Amino acid sequence: MAAGTLAETWARGARLLPFRAMPIPTPFHPRTSEACSSLFWKEWAGYHAVRSYDTCHEREYYALRHAAVAIDVSPLFKVDVRGPQAADFLSFVTVRSLRKLGLGRVTYLCWCDDDGKVLDDGTVMRLGEQHYRITSADPGYFWLARHARRFDVELEDVSGQIASLAVQGPTSRDLLQSVCADDLSELGFFRSMQTRLGNLECLITRTGYTGDLGFELWLPATSAVELWDTLFRAGGPFGLLPAGLDALDVSRVEAGFILLGIDYMSARRCLAEHQKSTPTDIGLERCVQLEREPFLGQAALLAERERGPAWNMAGLVIDWEQLETLFEAEGLPPSLPTAAWRGGLPVYADGRQVGRATSGVFSPTLKQNLAIGQIEAAYGQLGRVLEIEATVEHKRHRVAATVTNRPFYDPPHKRS
Amino acid sequence: MSNNWDAIIVGGGHNGLVCAAYLAKAGRRVLVLERRHVLGGAAVSEEVFPGFTYSVCSYVVSLLRPSIVRDLELAKHGYQTIPLECSFSPLPDGDSLCRWSDGDRTRREIARFSKRDAELYPEYGKAMGQLAAFAKPVIDAPAPKPESLDPRELISLLRLGGRLRDLPTDLRELELKLMTMSAADFLDEWFESDVLKAPMSVSGIIGTFLGVRSPGTAYVLLHHYMGEIDGAFRSWGFAKGGTGAISNAIASSARSHGAEIRTEAPVHKILVEGGEAKGVVLQNGDELRARTVISGCDPRLTFFGFVGREHLPTDFVRDIERYKLRGSSGKVNLALDRAPQFASRPEPGPHLRGDIAIAPSVDYLERAYEQAKYGEFSTRPYINAVVPSMVDPSVAPPGKHVLSCFVQYAPYHIEGGPESWEQKREAFGDTVIDTLAETIPDIREIILHRQVLTPWDLEQEFGLSEGNIFHGELSPEQLAFLRPASGWARYKTPVRKLWMCASGTHPGGGIMGAPGALAAKEMLRSRAL
Repeated sequence: MAAGTLAETWARGARLLPFRAMPIPTPFHPRTSEACSSLFWKEWAGYHAVRSYDTCHEREYYALRHAAVAIDVSPLFKVDVRGPQAADFLSFVTVRSLRKLGLGRVTYLCWCDDDGKVLDDGTVMRLGEQHYRITSADPGYFWLARHARRFDVELEDVSGQIASLAVQGPTSRDLLQSVCADDLSELGFFRSMQTRLGNLECLITRTGYTGDLGFELWLPATSAVELWDTLFRAGGPFGLLPAGLDALDVSRVEAGFILLGIDYMSARRCLAEHQKSTPTDIGLERCVQLEREPFLGQAALLAERERGPAWNMAGLVIDWEQLETLFEAEGLPPSLPTAAWRGGLPVYADGRQVGRATSGVFSPTLKQNLAIGQIEAAYGQLGRVLEIEATVEHKRHRVAATVTNRPFYDPPHKRS
Repeated sequence: MSNNWDAIIVGGGHNGLVCAAYLAKAGRRVLVLERRHVLGGAAVSEEVFPGFTYSVCSYVVSLLRPSIVRDLELAKHGYQTIPLECSFSPLPDGDSLCRWSDGDRTRREIARFSKRDAELYPEYGKAMGQLAAFAKPVIDAPAPKPESLDPRELISLLRLGGRLRDLPTDLRELELKLMTMSAADFLDEWFESDVLKAPMSVSGIIGTFLGVRSPGTAYVLLHHYMGEIDGAFRSWGFAKGGTGAISNAIASSARSHGAEIRTEAPVHKILVEGGEAKGVVLQNGDELRARTVISGCDPRLTFFGFVGREHLPTDFVRDIERYKLRGSSGKVNLALDRAPQFASRPEPGPHLRGDIAIAPSVDYLERAYEQAKYGEFSTRPYINAVVPSMVDPSVAPPGKHVLSCFVQYAPYHIEGGPESWEQKREAFGDTVIDTLAETIPDIREIILHRQVLTPWDLEQEFGLSEGNIFHGELSPEQLAFLRPASGWARYKTPVRKLWMCASGTHPGGGIMGAPGALAAKEMLRSRAL
């Protein structure tokens, strides 16, 4: 089927909204489906999402690290919070006080249940005096609504109405500047700006999930295709490519970012207590502001501070020489998959399992074999050498892995 | 020929066959006697109309114990399941709700009626799943014996108590609510949308003579989360070839272990001499003797039909008289010229590949019950329909379809007496078609054949007393150590060497097989044969 026909099929499907098969297309689908010559898709929160436009994600990855890419991130959930007590409300439900978040600022945080176990992580942006937007990986509208009753706030789930496109990479600012009326050099890290791109009203935040210089664009779903066209008409000189989730996944591991459902599970979905995590367990302790007015999970998190943390979210650099030796023993050159893995590997020390690596990748930029995962606090100190499982030719081994700071990759241009 | 058999099993329903297979596998000489020309009892497939195979009575499977599937090698003997993809509820206003196995898709569907319910729905599923995981071992083991001082019994009771204690407080509270509340009240605590609550609440009333607002019905909601197919919990499936194929697979397994199975061999009575079962007398006068007799029929038919009150203690007779059967449902099977076209979703899409609930609101369901309470069948009944031919083309000619409708309420005790169902059968069938026509406007034009089964027919043809599909209501006062009577929940009966193995014993009805398997294991353990 020709790509154009596919898009038409979707358009027909859109008229029969409730009856169509899942997943459904994002607002950018008419363009992403044309560009996705690999037909390599996955499902993300019930949407079709491109894994890689080419049969391999590498071209997209290198464009991300050396030029610019556009990644469709519309499946993110978005809830707008408005009202005189919007800041009070968000300060109550999340682990951070938002009362001092300035206009046009964005912050990254997580939120917990009463037991201090993390439900989800995401960003909060302050878009107006009394207007905030919270983004998340899981649907959270009702959970927010449940706690909103005693606050003078109004919630609106805008997930389906707002399209979002991540434009990331070292040339992303120059590219956007070429179509933007305002001066983007004014837009600092974790700031937002309402501006025009071409003819389109658009909200730009200087945020991302790649650890690179980058922006996220938020605008009404009906304008998504026009935004795409505007960017790609201008994008040639800046090396702009569309990129899928596989390239994003490599970059997010390099940046040391955790992913809900992979590196930790939402407490709401856990069947057993041990599956749940506190913010500290997953390396989000820096988001938590404990000493303040009451918020969800506060008592439990204070108690945890008294006890000391049980887990550390660690970066691990896996020893290359040992791995190479294992391949050599099989008469093979070392070879690793280029895509990020998320299968989970046991981590050992002192002859027993002391943790689990939950995602990893061989970083082409850092030339290091990386993993992130939860390690028992006693074994999580920087520089500590642990062992991680490695499988070569269907045989299991253990190789050294050194606890390292995250992010692994943190280029100066990210904040410049 | 005297005493030729270790066991004679009366009734070739799925539980009788499971029991036979387990006993034969253990090396016992077993004879199964079935009155009809086909095996399976209520788990039966029949070509009532040429080219169309109806699952005449029961129509989906979930609870069949995975251990039975493994032990009896049922896959090898032809047992195949195809999962139901969704639960579809067409509404009279032209809208509809479809709950899919895909969580995101379901969330979007429910959100059209309530955003709040959409996001709570997975939480509800999780809580019920956790409770079902707690309750599941109970259906895989004999009922506890709270009156016993046997240390083994006490230990198992303690273990159960310990597991209850280990449940998180919120789940323990939920368990108590389930045991006491009505399905509608219980769901009210979670959800606001009637469109969602109505089709969910009906799980609480299937096969009982209670309404969705009757206390005690919430428990049966949980029953529906205990199912398991191929390792996936709470999933329901079609049996390829109809539910009779399950019975045939079990029979094939039983025969492979040496069991003998005879059809068209109606039993007249169970021979009791000196308080001990000695064998059976067939309707043709043949006398067959065995070391034990096992009844695969419901308690009333077993004790009052085959044994006789004169052989039973007074207390026990009273308990069985009190045992509630009260059939409340009928079955309408239709052969269709093409796939049904719902006004809300006319295309033959995936919404037809699951179960279809005509349950537009909680009031609708309660109104249906109101009529039944006073001896009428519901003029707008709850209908649970499936189109198995959508996923299993072997049950209908190409392009044609089978529409199988479970219909509630059709009270056995109808005004004019149960026999008067003979005169009301077609009117009941018309009511079902009228109800279907509200969401499938042209249904009448595509019906090639219709089979209407009233509770009276279920009793007369399938031996289900009062037409109760579960051999007795699945209400808390008739479960576990109270099923079918206090003190007799371990498959034994007051008649020595007479045992029970069917749905009137723990853990109850549905194509579960557990009563048959547990009865066989209990007999072998206690060296009854």
